[in-house]
Order: sequence, then structure tokens, then C-alpha cells
Amino acid sequence: MTDIATYNFAYLDEQTKRMIRRAILKGIAIPGYQVPFASREMPMPYGWGTGGVQVTASIIGPDDVLKVIDQGADDTTNAVSIRAFFKKVANVAVTTDTASATIIQTRHRIPEHPLTAGQVLVYQVPIPEPLRFLEPRETETRKMHALEEYGLMHVKLYEDIAKHGRIATTYAYPVKVEGRYVMDPSPTPKFDNPKMHRSPALQLFGAGREKRIYAVPPFTEVVSLDFEDHPFEVQTFDQPCALCAAENVYLDEVILDDHGGHMFVCSDTDHCEKRRADGHHGHLAPENHLASEKMEPAQ
Amino acid sequence: MYVAVKGGEAAIANAHSLLADRRRGDRSVPALRLDQIVEQLALGVDRVMSEGSLYDRELAALAIVQSRGDLIEAIFLVRAYRTTLPRFGYSKPIDTGTMLVERRVSATYKDLPGGQLLGPTFDYTHRLLDPELAAGADVAQPLLRETEAQAMPRVSAILAREGLIEPDGEMPQDHVPGDITREPLEFPMARDIRLQALSRGDEGFLLALGYSTQRGYARNHPFVGEIRIGEVELELDVPELPFAVPLGTVRVTECQMVNQFKGSAKAPPQFTRGYGLVFGQSERKAMAMALCDRALRAKELGEDVVAAAQDEEFVISHSDNVQATGFVEHLKLPHYVDFQAELDLVRRMRAEHDAHQNPVKVEEKREAAE
Repeated sequence: MTDIATYNFAYLDEQTKRMIRRAILKGIAIPGYQVPFASREMPMPYGWGTGGVQVTASIIGPDDVLKVIDQGADDTTNAVSIRAFFKKVANVAVTTDTASATIIQTRHRIPEHPLTAGQVLVYQVPIPEPLRFLEPRETETRKMHALEEYGLMHVKLYEDIAKHGRIATTYAYPVKVEGRYVMDPSPTPKFDNPKMHRSPALQLFGAGREKRIYAVPPFTEVVSLDFEDHPFEVQTFDQPCALCAAENVYLDEVILDDHGGHMFVCSDTDHCEKRRADGHHGHLAPENHLASEKMEPAQ
Repeated sequence: MYVAVKGGEAAIANAHSLLADRRRGDRSVPALRLDQIVEQLALGVDRVMSEGSLYDRELAALAIVQSRGDLIEAIFLVRAYRTTLPRFGYSKPIDTGTMLVERRVSATYKDLPGGQLLGPTFDYTHRLLDPELAAGADVAQPLLRETEAQAMPRVSAILAREGLIEPDGEMPQDHVPGDITREPLEFPMARDIRLQALSRGDEGFLLALGYSTQRGYARNHPFVGEIRIGEVELELDVPELPFAVPLGTVRVTECQMVNQFKGSAKAPPQFTRGYGLVFGQSERKAMAMALCDRALRAKELGEDVVAAAQDEEFVISHSDNVQATGFVEHLKLPHYVDFQAELDLVRRMRAEHDAHQNPVKVEEKREAAE
């Protein structure tokens, strides 16, 4: 039987890490520009965060503290799987606490707790090209970016308004970075777009299948595309989180029964748990009922 | 009462132990050994080696048993292992003209130097299920003949002597062959890169595209100039040594399609080539690859690009089954955050729509009453 090799720290070999770091540095130097890189096959499927995992694997060191979220939650299956992967191959400390993490890998959300200088937010990106659904050809979209030819995107947004009375894009809402490149913020809800603007944290984006890396350095202008008479606005919720009573946070709708009963709870589980520990209670929080033991792991 | 769903970690571990159990199946049935798979499911092993881009029968067999026979999953396992291997050099181009041939057929000549050799083929078998095989009947020894010293020139070389077929593609002198596992794909791409991508491309995808060219979507009038299957020697240039070092042999399937071509502004009337080469014995894949290769040469030969099979970005971007399966299957990952955003939008738009519709309904009712 062939000797199955032992794996290097953080899985990737050092040559590969160097190649990816070069792509990251180039991305930081040209904010919002998609840098092609020789993405590797990873031991998880394409489309399941291989880009983010490669970026994290290239920048992580033994002293880092890693947090992984999916849909804002630390305990969704794919987040659990990626966190376990780095625990295994890099033996790093992991956390669910946003503030104490040095690297946060995310899919679809930016944490509610404001990020600070020195933190790195790594996004998993499925389709890095914001123009892809307007123009399927890479050869064309690269030209459009080079010429700063973004008319097509504005026409699309305008047609939305003409047809629906509003811009009908709710996630992966396009942004302009530092006044130059139009960038896909990954499929985060547009609610999170303002958090990218002048964030003190470094934001890195990895798209493994599409073989692209891009970056937003700290304190960079990130502006959501809009029109003067139709300014960009984020989603609002009519009610606070049912568990921690938080307002102005992104909420998930949880179906309670098959009679239309539902409740809204924080999508960011760490934020929600912290608030409850601090004594905030929503109208459906278990503390308001008798069965606090029901918060123990289900099933 | 809402119960916070926790315990993803335990759920994953339990799911995987159930998977291991189902993979093994009934414990009273003997477990498959890797040599059984290598020997008796050899064509499946060949496909995993070819699309996994790793020539190692045992690892391919391990991947097949680990994936419960799901070949795309097995290809993925092999790829994820392959990518971690150090790269210590590139072999010299193999010479299929010196192949130790086990099968060689040509559809363009009735007889030719080296002859037609059917070899181990499904062709001309009647597809009748064989109950004796199920009963575990003994299989007779095959008839074998001594290998002939006579060389078996490639059909393309025979045609080339008359100048009727275009020469083998030439790359510029200083061209360094690309490596799609080390460089990101860029379009348009050189033919060497394209052939690499096709060789590891999904058999089913290339088969369908090749088939589409036969049915008139970019028809390229193909003839099988030759298919040959057999062992070729691999050699590696080692800087310290003045000669190339043989590394061993690999079994490959090569298909040379000969395609009619009426000529264009760029090239005179002549036969043109479509090329397929894959690890192991996989005629279907090699033939489909050759059809696709020829179709993708449309621009080079000055043909109009009118069909999917001729569209390089379309074909190459979607031919990799590990990428395709990952992205298609990622749809089962949670998307509730984005779905919530869409729910919100649809609810608002519905509310506006209803508000817009209702006054009309009121109007209609009044008119009806009048």
C-alpha cells in the first residue's frame, strides 16, 4: 500500500501557501480586483468553502484564534466541519467569540459585533464575478472591469426599479470599492453591506472553484451601488429577536408549527447568546417559560 | 416552544459512522479487497485514474470502495490526495507509436501495417446477461500470441506521408507546456492546456457534447483513424544524468479522429485531426475527447462557432465533474439568511401588489352592481 503522506501545517504545502499569499497581497494592493490563483483541490467539495479554506490555511499561524460561521451561526454543520478541519490540521485555538478571534471565516454573514483592527474576515465566495449574471463570459467581464465599463450593472438596477419599484437584489448586492472596482460582497444579505465600509478589519475573499481571490484592506471605501432618487437601504425587521430582544440585527425566521406560527431570532448566534447572558430577554426566551433545560442540545 | 438546534458536531460524527456502516453493508458478506476491485472492476478503476489524474490502481480501488462505488466521489478522493503530492518533474512526452499494443482498430483502412487487433473489447458481444457469471463459473484461459517485432505505425503518420492530413500541431519553440493543476485557467487557452482539461473532463459530459457534434451541432465529419490501447514507457529527464530515465509503463487509450475539412480562408482542404488520450482503457472517453478537441479547434481553422461543443469557455469551464458536483451539491447547504432576504422582498412586493389590485376589484364590483 502506498504511504499516505502526513499533511503539512494547515494542510497546504508551503509552496502553495506562498502562491496564495502572493495573490492575497496583490488583491490588497488593488482593492476589489479579482486575482486569478491556482486553486487546489481541497478535501471538501468545491462550492463548500474551498476558497475561504485556502485563504485561511495560507494566513493562519499557530497563535491564531479561529472562528468559523455559516449563516451567522457557529453551529451550522458546514461551519462545524471547517472548524474541525483546522483544529485537526493546524491544531489552532478555535472560538465562537467574535471579539477574541483573530481570523473569522464566514459564509453569508458579517458578525453583528463590530470588527476591530488586526482581525481578518475571510469570506467564502461561490461566484466572485458581480457581472456574471449579466455577462456569462469571463473574457468579456474581465474586459468590462479593465475598462471600468459598469453601465450594464446600472441598467440592471434601473430596470429593477422600473419593473418592481425598487432594486430587487437582496443579497450579493454589488458594491464599488475605493471608487474603482465593482465587487461582489459574496452572498451576504445587503443588510451587511454597510459593515464592509471602512471596516478596521482586513477582508479577504476566496473563490476556490472559480480560482479567484480579492480583498478589501482596512478602512477602504465600500459603497453599495444605488441612485440619488433610490438610495441604497438595508432590510428592516418589524420585531426584535424573540430570544434576546436585539433590534437592528439580522434575523432568521424559524417556523414553530404547521399553523403559520413563526418567530424571528438572531442569525448571529454568538451575538444572541452574549446578549442573553447579559440579561436581555426576548418574548419567547426560555427564561420566560419554565423549561430552560430545553436549551440543551436537541436530539 | 423553540429549542435551539445545537449539536452539529455530534450529528456529523453520527452520520459518518452510519455511512461507514452502510458502506460495509451486511457483515456476513466478505469485505471487498482492493485487488478484487483492481482485477475485476478494472474499467471503473481506469476511469477514476483518468479523471482523478493520478495513475495508481490501488489508490483508485481504495477510493472506489471508500465511495461505495460512486465514481465521481472516488475521483474527488483521488484528486484531493493528488493535490498534496510534491511535484518533482515532468515526464518526457510519451511515444504512442512505440506502444505495446493490446488493441488497435482503424475505421479508415481495411488492413494496414500492424493489422487490426480487436483485443479485450465489448464490441460484437451480445448484451445478454450471463447467469453463469452469477453462478461463479470458471473462465477459460484466453488465446494469446507472441508480440510481433513489427512496428505499428500510427494511421495519422500513414496519411501524413501523402500530405493529405494536416501535420501534428506544433507549439512555438520556447513554449513551456502548461499545467492546469498549477495555473488558473485563462481563456482563450492553448491546445495543450485544453487537451489536459479534456483528458480529466467528465466522461458523460464529453460524451454528450461529442454526440451533439454528430447530430449536427458543429458537425465535423469524423472517421476513427485509429484507436489504440496498450502500454507506453514513461521517461523523465534528470538534470544530473545525460539520458532520460525510464520510470515504468502506463496503460493509455489513444484516439485519433480524422475529420474531413473543405478548407477555409486560414487552411487548405485537407483532413484535420481531433485527438484523445486518457489513462487506462477507456475508448468511449478517448473518442468523445477527440470529437470535442476537433470541435474546439473551430477558431483555429477559421470555422464559424455556432454550437456549444465549439465554445471553449463553455466546454472547459463545465467539464470538470469534481467542480460541477461540488457546486451543484452545495445547494443543500443552509441558505436561510439569503432566503430570509428574498422572503422579505417577496412579502413586501406581494403586499404592494395586493394593495394595487384591490381598488380595481372594488371598482369592478361596483360596475357589476350598476
